[in-house]
Amino acid sequence: MAVTSHAQAEPPKVDLREPPSWRRTKNQIVTALMVFAFLLAIIPLGFVIVTVIAKGASVINWSFLTSEIPVNTSPANFGGMGPAIVGTLEITALATAIAVPLGVLGAIYINEYGGKGILARIVRFMSDVMSGVPSIIMGLFIFTLWTLHFQYSGLGGALALACLMLPIVIRSSEEMLKLVPDSLRQGSSALGATKARVTTTVVLPAAAGGIVSGALLAVARAAGETAPLLFTIGTVTAVNKNVFSGANTALPLQIFSNASSPFTGAQARGWGAALTLIVIAFVFMIAARLVTARFARYSH
Amino acid sequence: MEHSEQEVIAKAEQNATASLPLPEPLIRQSAQTSGTGKVIFDVRDMSVWYGGFKAVTNVTLPIYENEVTAFIGSSGSGKSTVLRAFNRMNDLVPGARVEGDMCYRGASLYAKDVSPIAVRRRIGMVFQKPNPFPKSIYDNVAYGPRINGQRNKKKLDEIVERSLRSAALWDEVKNRLNTSGLSLSGGQAQRLCIARTIAVEPDVVLMDEPASALDPISTGAIEDLMRELKSKYTIIIVTHNMQQATRVSDRTAFFYVLTDSTSDTRTGVLVEYGPTKQIFEDPQDPRTQAYVTGRMG
Amino acid sequence: MSSLTRADSATPAESAHPLAQRRPLGDRAFAILALTAGLLVLVILVLIAISTSQQASSWFSAEDLSIFSRDWDPATNSFGALPFIYGTAVTAVIAVSISVPISLGIALLLNEVVPQRWARPIVYVVDLLAVVPSVVWGLWGILVFAPWIQHIYSSIASGVNGIWVLGFLFGGQNISGASFFTTGIILAFMVTPIITSLAREVVATTPSIDKQGAYALGATRWEMIRGVVWPHSQGGIVGAVLLGLGRAMGETIAAALVIGSSPTITSHLFSPGYNLPAVIANQFGESTGVWRSALMGTGVLLFVFTIIVNVIARGVVERSARRARGA
Repeated sequence: MAVTSHAQAEPPKVDLREPPSWRRTKNQIVTALMVFAFLLAIIPLGFVIVTVIAKGASVINWSFLTSEIPVNTSPANFGGMGPAIVGTLEITALATAIAVPLGVLGAIYINEYGGKGILARIVRFMSDVMSGVPSIIMGLFIFTLWTLHFQYSGLGGALALACLMLPIVIRSSEEMLKLVPDSLRQGSSALGATKARVTTTVVLPAAAGGIVSGALLAVARAAGETAPLLFTIGTVTAVNKNVFSGANTALPLQIFSNASSPFTGAQARGWGAALTLIVIAFVFMIAARLVTARFARYSH
Repeated sequence: MEHSEQEVIAKAEQNATASLPLPEPLIRQSAQTSGTGKVIFDVRDMSVWYGGFKAVTNVTLPIYENEVTAFIGSSGSGKSTVLRAFNRMNDLVPGARVEGDMCYRGASLYAKDVSPIAVRRRIGMVFQKPNPFPKSIYDNVAYGPRINGQRNKKKLDEIVERSLRSAALWDEVKNRLNTSGLSLSGGQAQRLCIARTIAVEPDVVLMDEPASALDPISTGAIEDLMRELKSKYTIIIVTHNMQQATRVSDRTAFFYVLTDSTSDTRTGVLVEYGPTKQIFEDPQDPRTQAYVTGRMG
Repeated sequence: MSSLTRADSATPAESAHPLAQRRPLGDRAFAILALTAGLLVLVILVLIAISTSQQASSWFSAEDLSIFSRDWDPATNSFGALPFIYGTAVTAVIAVSISVPISLGIALLLNEVVPQRWARPIVYVVDLLAVVPSVVWGLWGILVFAPWIQHIYSSIASGVNGIWVLGFLFGGQNISGASFFTTGIILAFMVTPIITSLAREVVATTPSIDKQGAYALGATRWEMIRGVVWPHSQGGIVGAVLLGLGRAMGETIAAALVIGSSPTITSHLFSPGYNLPAVIANQFGESTGVWRSALMGTGVLLFVFTIIVNVIARGVVERSARRARGA
């Protein structure tokens, strides 16, 4: 292929190399700062996790996980956090049983029934606002409404945790319901199904994966909360299998009180409890991700 | 052509899948049209890959100074991909790779130490959908000079006015330079984008279907603009509109999608390239003929 | 299907149309159930406001403005909440000041710099910050971090004592690991994942074509971010910052453990202090009578402040999202 020769009277070759150094340097500095920001965020996280694992693992054994809670002055290998673990599991389970159905129903209202109406907008806005209410307020609220009348109980703590979980479940379920295509709803309606039937037999199953995943994340959050339990469940040193009556305890509560204790034994048990708690929260978080990966039919 | 249309196409497809060099595209070197006749871009055997997909295969063509060169062809034939290779915009696509040789005024565009930023400073681009920044009209045009270090207010004022005049937009906006660029109509916004592009005084202006999102009157204004601008810049335009190609361009390149039914792959190739008049009135390749007469694409 | 046979519907006495029917009972009940669940949120919020205010009434009803005095001492029956309001403001501002640059950096890093493949694992890691329970941050904070950073504080304090603004903020005699500043740092770690995820959402709405336009003019990545991404994202980022502020204000347990539990108002950030949620957490158990009522009232104040910040934040986020969609 003939091309006009460009060998005659050619000006010096165009220089396409780097732009002025100050522009490149600025760009590089900014990129380095961004990486530095990331490191600043995760290095403390690394420290915390490593410390919890190191200090907690040395305390944890089967006896620790099942023994009763000793007095703070006891040495490190005495007793354990059995009651707290049981308490956390049963109170969180009860809270989940209360909050998740109500939260999903609330999300159903906002997305399926409320539409663009003003009430749905208010409910959505208020549930956003509620998710910003500090957890200690939930504790004070349930204390006033419930504990003052019915004494300490796991149920009181569960109610407070449920108040915390409710807006989270509502918002995440709503997001999942929004993702279900309208064509599914219309297809079912066209077959003559009532709205309730459409929702329960078509929409919910389609969004189920995402809803469950969101609920699991809410459970992870609730399991780690201390403030709602502070004034509602009291404290015990032995396992209370009855979550509905009688004082109870939970891992976050124990960690809180052991953290302020000057005794090394109590502090050691606190680290053990912290490790247990992190593991529990972690398990729920991983479960949530697995559910999303495997079961969520529609995701962002 | 001595061979039948089928044989030519079959041979070309076979060659594409065997990755042997394709039969040479028909490049007609007849007399220079309006430009200086100097070759600005020397493209040889260029291919573009997006990951494992070969979007464009073995393109070879020269682009001449101060001319408007049009790339035409049906969707997927690689016109935009080739256009974006000229100012290294393909770099922004993860997994994009360019093979072969692309030289700009003698310097290879894809050499190791070439800075895409320096390339884009000289080779500007106007997009299909007008994209004024969320800034004032003044700041839109001044953005390019500013990042290149121009801080002098008086100088910037001059540059802004000069660019807006060249883009035939000055009279319409001179009294509201501080209003947002987003408030302009489609045709005005596109002219703003053109003004913004020429504010950095590039050498080449690439246009990717610059008028396809505009109404006919704005389209006419943009086409007039192209004719004026080519005396100062070299322009390459991708267009779906064949009439537009005949109206504004000096030279036209026709791209085509080669499909290989056995391996189910497609790739874009350059089929024919020459002065616009000849491409449209006397195409040599049957595929070009089919496209420009409307039988295909 | 029962809805087809309409076995459970009332006879359509009110209409002659053969296809008309009253809504089946089950459908109605479900709708009401859903509505009730939705309204529950409003009911709870109202009940919170009412019940806590009621409990706090004896404190609120003090004639003078003593609830806003600087003096909080249960022993002398004085319950002025100003030190806690001050502490909440100071620790939240410190937390946000530290967290915002970090969060913005990470958000830009993930959206603009890092190739897609790597973005997801990095997001997972950042989300891990949010999984660590508040009480564990507090435990680590008071047992490990505070003792360690106290040395650093002492060095800084002795260095800047006397130097104008620096001494004002970072000097002083009462240097403690458990202090305003430590609380701010710990809160910053807890708030970062929230601001980061919101900022990422906002930055992601920048139209790709605008970014290409900037690159086509020969901009470096930083120039593109400053010229195109930033103007688009400003509003949304302000909203994200406000939401982080609200969250930092309400964070209780970590603050309760590391703030130093000292109801004093001082400019020295390395000194112990107190804030609204922390005093409630620490003192409620042993409180009685007016003391308890005062703590309840502190809770009401916290409730009101966080709601105000949250409402403003949501409003800003909404408005900028609307503008992003419209523009």
